[in-house]
Amino acid sequence: MAESSITLTSKTAQVLAREQEFARRKPRTLWSDAWNKFRRHRTAMLGVTILLLIIVAVLFGPFVYTRSAQKLDFASTSQAPSLEHPFGTNQLGQDQLARALNGGRISLAVGLMAMFVAIVLGILIGALAGFFGGRIDAWLMRLTELFLSLPVLPVLIMTIYLFRDPLRAAFGLQLGVFFLMVLLIGLFGWMTVARVVRASFLSLKEKEFVEAAYCLGVPTVSIIFRHILPNVLSPVIVSATLAVGAAIITESTLSFLGLGFPPDFPTWGRMLFDAQDYLSLSPYMAIIPGMLIFLTVLSINYVGDGLRDALDPRSLNHP
Amino acid sequence: MTCLTQRQAIGAQVMGRFIIRRVLQAIPLLFVISVIVFVLIMNMGDPLTSFAGRNGLVKGKDRERLIRQLGLDQPIYVQYLVWLVGNDWMKIDSDGDGVAESNGTRLGVLRGDLGTSVVTRQPVLQMIWERLPNTLILMLTSEAVIVVFALGLGITSALKQYSLYDNVFTGLSFVGYSMPVPLLALGLIYIFGVYLKRAGLPYFPTVGMFEPSVGKTWEQVVWHLVLPVATLSIISIAAYSRFIRSNMLEVIGQDYIRTARAKGLANRTITLKHALKNAALPIVTLVGLDLGFLLAGALVTETIFSWPGMGRLFYDHALKSDLPVLMGVLMLISISVVFFQLLTDITYTFLDPRIRYQ
Repeated sequence: MAESSITLTSKTAQVLAREQEFARRKPRTLWSDAWNKFRRHRTAMLGVTILLLIIVAVLFGPFVYTRSAQKLDFASTSQAPSLEHPFGTNQLGQDQLARALNGGRISLAVGLMAMFVAIVLGILIGALAGFFGGRIDAWLMRLTELFLSLPVLPVLIMTIYLFRDPLRAAFGLQLGVFFLMVLLIGLFGWMTVARVVRASFLSLKEKEFVEAAYCLGVPTVSIIFRHILPNVLSPVIVSATLAVGAAIITESTLSFLGLGFPPDFPTWGRMLFDAQDYLSLSPYMAIIPGMLIFLTVLSINYVGDGLRDALDPRSLNHP
Repeated sequence: MTCLTQRQAIGAQVMGRFIIRRVLQAIPLLFVISVIVFVLIMNMGDPLTSFAGRNGLVKGKDRERLIRQLGLDQPIYVQYLVWLVGNDWMKIDSDGDGVAESNGTRLGVLRGDLGTSVVTRQPVLQMIWERLPNTLILMLTSEAVIVVFALGLGITSALKQYSLYDNVFTGLSFVGYSMPVPLLALGLIYIFGVYLKRAGLPYFPTVGMFEPSVGKTWEQVVWHLVLPVATLSIISIAAYSRFIRSNMLEVIGQDYIRTARAKGLANRTITLKHALKNAALPIVTLVGLDLGFLLAGALVTETIFSWPGMGRLFYDHALKSDLPVLMGVLMLISISVVFFQLLTDITYTFLDPRIRYQ
């Protein structure tokens, strides 16, 4: 009798202890699960590392490596990498490392901001079309088709000519071109996001939790952005990541055509543009900025791939 | 028997209605595109700066006269109408005395008159006509290379999922997919043009369509095609083959493939006849979209390799604000894109009965 009661209390104590243990332990959230899966994705982690290195380099590099990116030195033009000039010099004798660090800031900033514009536009249009359906949906999807059937590069070139001068007049040379690039690249990059968001909204708006929110009198705006939108976040995050890479490629292509930033603001694409006439003389002028663009975009794509796997709830048990 | 023909008849009817509906949707789309593009282009720059050519700016009286002759003094909707249907049916005031006396000379786009270039003074249609074959040679070759390699690589790597081959392929496709066109083109030029030449080995030409001293023979053109086609193909092969691989993996996992296997079909038959049919279906959409953009040429690649195609035509004339040429090229591209989208949709419904009866 006494014995059994002892075992009973010790069992209760055990259960209690385990419960306390569980309570102390941090709860597993969707995000921590995703992070655990992401951590095991080797190429994605490599991508994050390279990306962080590049970001730290362009953010803090110019403070450590203080050589001027503008100073001309006609005594040492088109040099191969050396101790004095780790990335070599260009045809005007400007230090390529300093240029790459300064230009990298602009390249990355354009990529990030353009992604932001594209994602905001894509979410807005996709959410409106998916949620309201009917005529709004039909018109917005027609608009999406219209944008998809425009030849991107020619139209971009045309619009750059159209808006370059007024924006330069309004914001100054550098800032004007920066806004132009961000807005235009964003304006031609929202379509896939909109389609993804719309498709998810179409199925989600029929779910019970939306009906419940509706019955409780939650305002429509709140239903769209606070109740439904968080459920669409994973595909949006993945497309946002990939959009940064795509935007960087577009910016470099435009700069390569001589339509982007002026030569004093050497983005990586602009450096590539300057290098093409000196290809046989000093290939490093092309290789280094080209590899920087390539490495950045490759890392971003690997991160996107890792995020896709990590955020996919269906792959929960077999990462 | 009668039942079958009846079903076919209904199917044909559904298809017919579907096609008509899509065509009717395409026409307003083209109209809207043309209005947008026209308004954008007309605000793009001053065409008279290019018109002047080497003689400097056109000023004063001459400028007024030119503006009048080109119809640039008209409101934009009149300019659009003239562009669309021409002005040979209406009197215009060409000498500026306020009396419209002579008929216009333009026929309008709907009758095949795309206007005259302000740089070369040639009809735009003729300029496009000269460039079109060059672009088609380049783009069709690339598209063929892309489809063959993407299908081959995608399917084989899906069949050997997680093998060494598959892993190498996936890695390489990421590399190709992340490659900016300029870097790839310059890299190929350096390795196969500059470096091989320097090493005294046979090298690939990097400029133009043919050696001017040899002339435009087909050997020359093929030889000059290699590097641009490689540039255009590598990136797309990387993207498409990944797409085909994931499609193939999805199809292979389905029940009907297991059934085929269970009833003892050979692996070859299963892959090539049963799985490929469904896995290749989405490729139709991709290729269809590509075909529409074929006419646009490849702006960057054509510029780097000095390939005299449509992309370079657009780029060169954008630099000179040659508005009629830009308008003509863009409209031609839009029409071809819309047309091929239509064709893709129709082909797709033929190939995939699941869509037809929805």
